[in-house]
Amino acid sequence: MNSFTYARAADVIDAVQQGTRVHAKYLGGGTNLVDLMRETLEQPSALVDVSGLSSDITEREDGSLLIGAAARNTAVAEHRAVRTRYPLLARAILAGASGQIRNMATVGGNLLQRTRCTYFYDNDGSRCNKRTPGQGCDAIQGFNRIHAILGASPSCVATHPSDMCVALAALDALVHVTGLDGSRTIAVVDLHRLPGDHPEIETNLRPGELITAVELPALPFAQRSVYRKVRDRASYAFALISVAAALDLDHGIVKDVRLALGGVAHKPWRALKLEASLKGQPATTQSFLAAVEEELADATPLPHNKFKVELAKRTVVAVLAELAGDIS
Amino acid sequence: MSININGSPTNLPSDTRVSLLDLLRDHLNLSGTKKGCNQGACGACTVLVDGERILSCLALAVQYEGRSVTTVEGLSTNGLLHPLQQAFIDHDGFQCGYCTPGQLCSAVGMLREVRRGLPSNVTNDLEGESITLTRDELCERMSGNLCRCGAYNGIVYAITEFAETTK
Ligand SMILES: Cc1cc2nc3c(=O)[nH]c(=O)nc-3n(C[C@H](O)[C@H](O)[C@H](O)COP(=O)(O)OP(=O)(O)OC[C@H]3O[C@@H](n4cnc5c(N)ncnc54)[C@H](O)[C@@H]3O)c2cc1C
Ligand code: SF4
Ligand code: FES
Ligand code: FES
Repeated sequence: MNSFTYARAADVIDAVQQGTRVHAKYLGGGTNLVDLMRETLEQPSALVDVSGLSSDITEREDGSLLIGAAARNTAVAEHRAVRTRYPLLARAILAGASGQIRNMATVGGNLLQRTRCTYFYDNDGSRCNKRTPGQGCDAIQGFNRIHAILGASPSCVATHPSDMCVALAALDALVHVTGLDGSRTIAVVDLHRLPGDHPEIETNLRPGELITAVELPALPFAQRSVYRKVRDRASYAFALISVAAALDLDHGIVKDVRLALGGVAHKPWRALKLEASLKGQPATTQSFLAAVEEELADATPLPHNKFKVELAKRTVVAVLAELAGDIS
Repeated sequence: MSININGSPTNLPSDTRVSLLDLLRDHLNLSGTKKGCNQGACGACTVLVDGERILSCLALAVQYEGRSVTTVEGLSTNGLLHPLQQAFIDHDGFQCGYCTPGQLCSAVGMLREVRRGLPSNVTNDLEGESITLTRDELCERMSGNLCRCGAYNGIVYAITEFAETTK
C-alpha cells in the first residue's frame, strides 16, 4: 500500500474541499477501498473519511425517504420505514456480503464499490482495460462465467456487484451529490455508466463530487416487493443474477411494475422494456415470460455465461409470479 | 490519537496504513485475532467495536480513533472464560481453532443484533418485532465466518446453547 494522509471531514463543505484535491479519495467504511489499496489498484495520497457525515434516515412530508450517505448498510436494512415501505431494499442489503461487512459499509461506498472481475484484481497477471486503459481485456477470452450479458463492450464485460443498487434502480432513487460548484441530484440509473470505450470511467460523477444522500421517492406499491438473488452458495457470495421488483395489480391486470436486474451488466439494469410491455397485460406467467424475453432480446452472452440468460428469465418470471400471488 | 482496546487506552500508530488487525497482532501482541484472508472473505479477524462486529482486516486503525474495541482476549473476565468460550469447548466447536476467535466475537455481536430485532436474509416477516433464532437464522447470520475444518455442527450447538442460557 502506498502512504497517504488521513483526515476526518468535519462537514460536507470541508469534505468537498479536501476531496477535490488531486489523488484524494473519500473513505466510507473502507470495505472496498482498503482492499483495493492493498492490491495497489487504488493509490490515493489522501483519504477523507466521510463516514462521520450524515447517516440520518428521514421520512419527509412528500412521502419520500432521505438516507444520509454515511448510513451503514445494517442501519438502512433495519430501519422501520425501509422494512415496511421498501422491503426490496431491506432484502437486497441483507442478501449482500456478511453481517460484519454490512455493519461497516456505508450507502455512499456501496454505490461506488468496484467490480469483482477477477482479471481486474489480477494486477500482475492479466490485462484489463479498466485497470490500465488500452491494455486489453483478458476476461473476454477467459473465464467469464460471472460477467455481463447486457450492455457490455469489446473493451470490458465486467458487472457491477452491488445488491443494494439493484433495488435502488427499481425504486428510481435519486443520488444527492455536492461538488465545488454546488449540489445536484442524479437518478441512480444514470449514476453508473456502461463501459463503452472507457471502462475506467465508471460513473457520471464529476471529479471530487461527494455523495451526501440517497432519496427514495414515495412508491406505495413497493410495499409488496421482492429481491431475489441467485448465487453459487446460499450466503456470503456475489450474485450471478438478481432481481428486484414491485408489482401493482388491478383485478389481475398489471397497473404498474418496477423491475431491475443485477449481475447482468456494468450497472444495475433497469428493465424498462419489460416494464413497458407488461403494463396493461394480465398478470400471467405467459405475459411475464414474453416481457422478459423482450428485455433480454439483445443479450449477448459470452462463452461461459450463456446460462445467465435462461437464469435471468426464470428468476424474473418466478419473482413476478410470487408478487402476483397464485396465478396460472 | 488513542483507541481503547479491551478497556485500555492505546496510542494509534502514526503510519496511517496500519490496519486494525495489524495493530492488534503486530503492535500490541494480541495475537488472538487471526489473519485468514486479509480481504474480508473469511471472518477470522472479527472483533467488536462498541459492541458491533466488524472485520479488522478491512479497517484502518485510524478510522477507529476514540472507539472501544473488544478482541477475543477481552471476552474473558479475570481469567474466567466467557460462557460462549466454555460452550465451544463443551460442544467441540473447533478443531484447529484458527477461526475460533472470529467465531466467538462474531457470535457475541450477532446475538446483540438478534436481541434488537435486526432481520436477516432468511427472516420471513420483515415487519416482525422479534427474531426467533432458528438454525437457519443462526447459520445465515454466521455465514461471514468460515471454518476450514468444518466444525460447523459444534459451532452451531455451542452458540445455540449459549443463546438459550442468556435469553
Ligand atoms: C468478502 C466481501 C463480500 C461482499 N459481498 C457483497 C455482496 O454480496 N453484495 C454486495 O452488494 N456487496 C458485497 N460486498 C461489497 C460491499 O457491499 C462494499 O464493499 C461496501 O458496500 C462498500 O462500502 P464502504 O462504505 O465500505 O465503501 P468504501 O470502501 O469506503 O468506499 C468504496 C468507494 O466509494 C467511495 N465513496 C465512499 N463514500 C463516498 C461518498 N459519500 N461520496 C463519494 N464517494 C464515496 C470511495 O472513495 C471508494 O471509491 C462484499 C465485500 C466483501 C469484502
Ligand atoms: S471485464 Fe473489464 S474489469 Fe474485467 S478484465 Fe476486462 S476490462 Fe478489466
Ligand atoms: S482476515 Fe479479515 S476476513 Fe479474512
Ligand atoms: S476450527 Fe479450524 S478453521 Fe475452524
